[in-house]
Amino acid sequence: MSETPKVPTPRVNPETKPFWDATQEGKFLIKHCNACSEHYWYPRTMCPLCHSTDTTWRQSSGRGKIYSYSVMRRAPVPYAMAFVTLEEGITVMTNIVDCDLDSIAIDQPVRVIFRQSEDGAAVPYFTPA
Amino acid sequence: MSIRGKAYIAGAWEHPTRKAPDKSLAQLHAEMAKGALDDAGLSFDDVDGYLCAGDAPGMGSIGMAEYMGLNLRYIDNTETGGSSYVVHVGHAAAAIAAGKCDVALITLAGKPRSAGIARNRNPARGGGGETPEASFEGIYGPSTANMYGMAAMRHMHEFGTTSEQLAWIKVAASHHAQHNEHALLPNVVTVEEVLESPIISDPLHRLDCCVITDGGGGLVVVRPEIAKQLERPPVKILGHGEAPKHLNGGRVDLTYSGAVYSGPIAFEEAGVKPSDMDYASIYDSFTITVLETLEDLGFCEKGQGGRFVADGNLISGQGSLPFNTDGGGLCNNHPANRGGMTKVIEAVRQLRGQAHPAVQVPNCRLALAHGTGGSLGTRMGSSTLIMEAEA
Ligand SMILES: [Zn+2]
Repeated sequence: MSETPKVPTPRVNPETKPFWDATQEGKFLIKHCNACSEHYWYPRTMCPLCHSTDTTWRQSSGRGKIYSYSVMRRAPVPYAMAFVTLEEGITVMTNIVDCDLDSIAIDQPVRVIFRQSEDGAAVPYFTPA
Repeated sequence: MSIRGKAYIAGAWEHPTRKAPDKSLAQLHAEMAKGALDDAGLSFDDVDGYLCAGDAPGMGSIGMAEYMGLNLRYIDNTETGGSSYVVHVGHAAAAIAAGKCDVALITLAGKPRSAGIARNRNPARGGGGETPEASFEGIYGPSTANMYGMAAMRHMHEFGTTSEQLAWIKVAASHHAQHNEHALLPNVVTVEEVLESPIISDPLHRLDCCVITDGGGGLVVVRPEIAKQLERPPVKILGHGEAPKHLNGGRVDLTYSGAVYSGPIAFEEAGVKPSDMDYASIYDSFTITVLETLEDLGFCEKGQGGRFVADGNLISGQGSLPFNTDGGGLCNNHPANRGGMTKVIEAVRQLRGQAHPAVQVPNCRLALAHGTGGSLGTRMGSSTLIMEAEA
């Protein structure tokens, strides 16, 4: 099993505060654009696809599959970087945790989990579903 | 307005150092400037345009203009990471074409080897400061190696690219580096040796990675009238393209680079096509960077890069596309973790017929230099430059 790295504290700003408030409740929010009906990532006020600011937060299912990954073997504690494509169709950067690092594969189904940082933030990670 | 034929590269100089702990950063920039101006046969007093990236000390061009005592009417601090210097050549040519300056100096210097960056295998998490993506990326420990590793992993998944094929890129670079007395890694390596080197981040081995070196270089871009008065063989700028590629709102595709945008712009302006190139300097932070870029620039079909680079096809005198004949960033020099400058310099050597005789392309008339700054795994600044040796 992979070792658990220290959970860092995210830098929260007024634009991203709703996301980090929601993780405290176990919810993974993504942005949805009312003008072009697309989801996008990372969260920001203006839709990068059509430039509308008529955008809202939606709760993701928190489920997806691995788009790509790379196990950082030379780190003091090896860890798995990954991009995960959510069921909603957008791809997010993350770590794959709580698994054998040698068992990770592209297209593997994964689900979101949350870990507490020392400062009390809830940080999303993904683990095999 | 096109820059085609409106400006020439008159000076190109690579610093021989690979480790310079006893020099300041500004001092190194001044050495690059002197080296490039001497190469051109020009002096500091001739310079009226100066370009550097955002890593130069003291607000870039402002601090360096003061340090070097430059009197300028054109300045440019464009920062696109390691590709900055390819961008700068294009910007210098545009400025000259528009009459904004006559002699443009470009410098790069840095000392990551002295600073011990090579030992950093554990990237800080939560960094990135006020960048908008910091808390959605930086907290997960992205590093150069693992981000490029993810690009390689996906390319392998979609196209069947293999580690053996990637290794051929290092092998070709090492064949060239053996003739470069300044190369950090001058020994020829085999595919087996690349595959046996330790994994840094899957699937990239240590020998899939570029070297980390101090040093840098300089370039001088001038008006055609000035180039023709100088003794060096004139190198004409034919075309230039630049573009960012990013994650596009979460529509991630790691199998291509920004070269898909910058390449066609440059080829169209130059009025040539990939198969016309006698030589190519391809940004080589990692072997996968070269493979994706060759596909994206149109040297082969998308997904066929592995077959294209295998069996020595990039080795000068042996394969169909001689690349990075100085040994590239993979074996020779990757000063300041920024490979764009040395890419342009080796292309200029080839077009002047002044590369090492063992790697010189016979009658080299058309050459390309391509830079990839930032990260193949997230957002990058890509730039393509096409040059011609004037008969
Ligand atoms: Zn929209």
